[in-house]
Amino acid sequence: MNRIFASRLFWPVVMLLALFIVNLIAFPGFFSIELKNEHLFGSLIDIVRNGAPTLIIAIGMTLVIATRGIDLSVGAICAIAGAVACSIILGSPDPGSVGTVVVAIVVAMVISLVLGVWNGFLVAVLGIQPIIATLILMTAGRGVAMLITEGQILTVNSPPFKVLGSGFLFGLPVATVIAVAIFVLAALLTRRTALGLLIESVGINPEASRQAGVRSRGLLFAVYTFCAFCAAVAGLILTSNQTAADANNTGLFIELDAILAVVIGGTSLMGGRYSLLGTLVGALVIQTLVTTVYTVGIPPIATMVFKAAVVTVVCLLQSPTTNAAFARWRTSLSSRTRKGVAA
Amino acid sequence: MSEPVPVVEMTNISISFPGVKALDQVSFRMFPGEVHSLMGENGAGKSTLIKALTGVYSVDSGIMTLSGSRVAFTGPAQAQEFGISTVYQEVNLLTNLSVGENIMLGREPRRFGLIDWRATRIRAAELLTRLHLDIDPNSLLGSHSLAIQQLVAIARAIDVQAKVLILDEPTSSLDADEVAELFRVIRSLKDEGVAILFVSHFLDQVYEIADRLTVLRNGSLVGEYLTDEILRIDLVQKMIGKELTLLDDLEKKTHDSTSGDDGETPFLQAIGLGKKGAIEPIDLKVYEGEVVGMAGLLGSGRTELARIISGIDRPDSGSLSINGKPGRLRTPRAALSRGVAYSSENRKAEGVVEELTVRDNIALALQADRGWFRRIPKRRQDELTASYIQALGIRPPNPDALVKNLSGGNQQKVLLARWLAIAPRLLILDEPTRGIDVGAKAEIQKLVVNLAENGMSVIFISAELEEVLRLSHRIVIMRDRTMVADIQNDDISVESLLAIIADGSILEDAS
Repeated sequence: MNRIFASRLFWPVVMLLALFIVNLIAFPGFFSIELKNEHLFGSLIDIVRNGAPTLIIAIGMTLVIATRGIDLSVGAICAIAGAVACSIILGSPDPGSVGTVVVAIVVAMVISLVLGVWNGFLVAVLGIQPIIATLILMTAGRGVAMLITEGQILTVNSPPFKVLGSGFLFGLPVATVIAVAIFVLAALLTRRTALGLLIESVGINPEASRQAGVRSRGLLFAVYTFCAFCAAVAGLILTSNQTAADANNTGLFIELDAILAVVIGGTSLMGGRYSLLGTLVGALVIQTLVTTVYTVGIPPIATMVFKAAVVTVVCLLQSPTTNAAFARWRTSLSSRTRKGVAA
Repeated sequence: MSEPVPVVEMTNISISFPGVKALDQVSFRMFPGEVHSLMGENGAGKSTLIKALTGVYSVDSGIMTLSGSRVAFTGPAQAQEFGISTVYQEVNLLTNLSVGENIMLGREPRRFGLIDWRATRIRAAELLTRLHLDIDPNSLLGSHSLAIQQLVAIARAIDVQAKVLILDEPTSSLDADEVAELFRVIRSLKDEGVAILFVSHFLDQVYEIADRLTVLRNGSLVGEYLTDEILRIDLVQKMIGKELTLLDDLEKKTHDSTSGDDGETPFLQAIGLGKKGAIEPIDLKVYEGEVVGMAGLLGSGRTELARIISGIDRPDSGSLSINGKPGRLRTPRAALSRGVAYSSENRKAEGVVEELTVRDNIALALQADRGWFRRIPKRRQDELTASYIQALGIRPPNPDALVKNLSGGNQQKVLLARWLAIAPRLLILDEPTRGIDVGAKAEIQKLVVNLAENGMSVIFISAELEEVLRLSHRIVIMRDRTMVADIQNDDISVESLLAIIADGSILEDAS
């Protein structure tokens, strides 16, 4: 029992279940999933599809945060990736061909990776604080996206590109499949190799790690580049879903949702031990929250306040002070029961 | 000498932290117009005592009186009200503000609720004049040297009508002229009747400025002495102390093996290796299978030398060759790849990774060497961990325990296991037995002897001379950031070692 309480996943999972129950009360068909045209439909499917971009970015963010860093530039990278892809598709003579879309995606990804390397360079080589280093690209990046789109909203009509955001694969939304693939990739890459251990070690104690011969520079490059990779994938999904690249709004504030997902999942912003599974739950909590707003019928003007309230509760539940209070409460409870038995 | 009423009197003070008795029935007093020096090695309880005096820690038991009236501080602000001011080792002032603003920060004279800048500057100038310092209060603090900043910190400290001024390692980053200037200021304050607590690990400075000494060791009071009445050698002996002779059964065979003069190539050879501000140029040879003991007081340069040899700090002069091949060790990683491992004296900050498990900590250096993708197979990790848990007696014997939950001695063993796992050719152990219990200490010493027998070279740094004497083939003695002796360990006595550490001179029986 105590182990379940002590698990970092306890409160996020409780929160997720609570949100599910609220939804179920407001909308009895919440859990129902239908098969139409070999595609799955239902509220839960909506959650895993619409939550995919946030989850993908949160995965990259988890690793960055584990090294004591943070990446604020992911939203801007979303916008750049979308802008690059859309401008290539629009500029090609055959926007509907698979070849064009593949080229567009590859170029967008490569440019995003370069941006990730740039972040890594600022943090690992120049030693700039991550929040400042990535703030540069956060603000400048949207300007770059704006230059690429020449200030326009680039609307594309390319069926192969649309698949990314709204297509289905094996009955599941493509976005969800991609998110799951990246989740598995990240989990295997860090837990089946030594990367996870070394990332945590650098995040907990950089100097001790240095003295043990850990090369933190390469690790930082790797995590920031991977985070940019995740951001680009998410940006392409978002753009595809909207069938338009909007330099100002694609991925706006998604960095905050991603950081929130990581924190709700129990990974400390102080760096060190991280939990990808926790991040997954965190991202689901955030997306379910958005869905709840609609099913419960909260007026749009109150949406942000509602979201803030839920997030505040989750953070309070996870704070060390609250946990200590809970622990005291449990011990006093159990000792009282024991005394009761003795009497 | 008639003794006036002490301005501070602490009687039988005890302070405990979980698992440690930091101060055990310590008494301490300070007189007005006197410089009192608190002496002791790391972990002796000096900083705990200072923190009790400044109200940072509350005492568990004991009586504290200030100018005859009993007090019990609940916080640092209260101690300041009583006129106890502290200047810490790291100057904690704001370099982007002016000298005057720094002196008066938080205590600016006010007019109609706003800061009266004119009065602020005048008051700051007065304080500087009181210390006979010719500094423009309007100049930026950051534009001055560290020494001046230190003096500004003192000016700030005495503004609160200080009766007691605590200077914690004030000279550690100052050069000789700057120290002289600081001492002039200290003397003028002393003449005004301020009681000054001067903490420094530089013996020469202590003997120059202090009137009275209190020696602490392992949280207990050793004694209070007048500086004029205690010889340096006695003082050093009191600071370092004599250890329990429980460990004397360690075989003396360590001393028998000869090394050196037979033309063999040393495993490590340093020529003129030095770093400005850390250590004077030094020559050092370490042969295969040799245990070189390094003795000296805290701040003597022993750790600084070890850090340069192991690539943690970069030297700015001299050369280093390993196995006859010259090469620079620019990073710890480079040193590790050439077989030189350094186990830091600062276990928590630079040694173990506390939030990771015992297994991960042991595997860390080996894994870092293998790279990201060649992960040590799980089964190999388990074998490795199990074998070291058994060999070193790590308690609890649980590979999944977080290292932060282990005792100091067991953390030390985990750290040792990490270095042994990569099978280094030269292992530099910096204070591996500090703060750990006698049993664990004996196990670590035995291990050092075994390692050397199997051909590993060891540099063993310790403040405990008995330990150094027991384990080493050769002993290098550091003093004031330079090497003062490099001698074979043939029946050297603790006394002669003490003499070298205290005075830098070699007695007859040691040569």
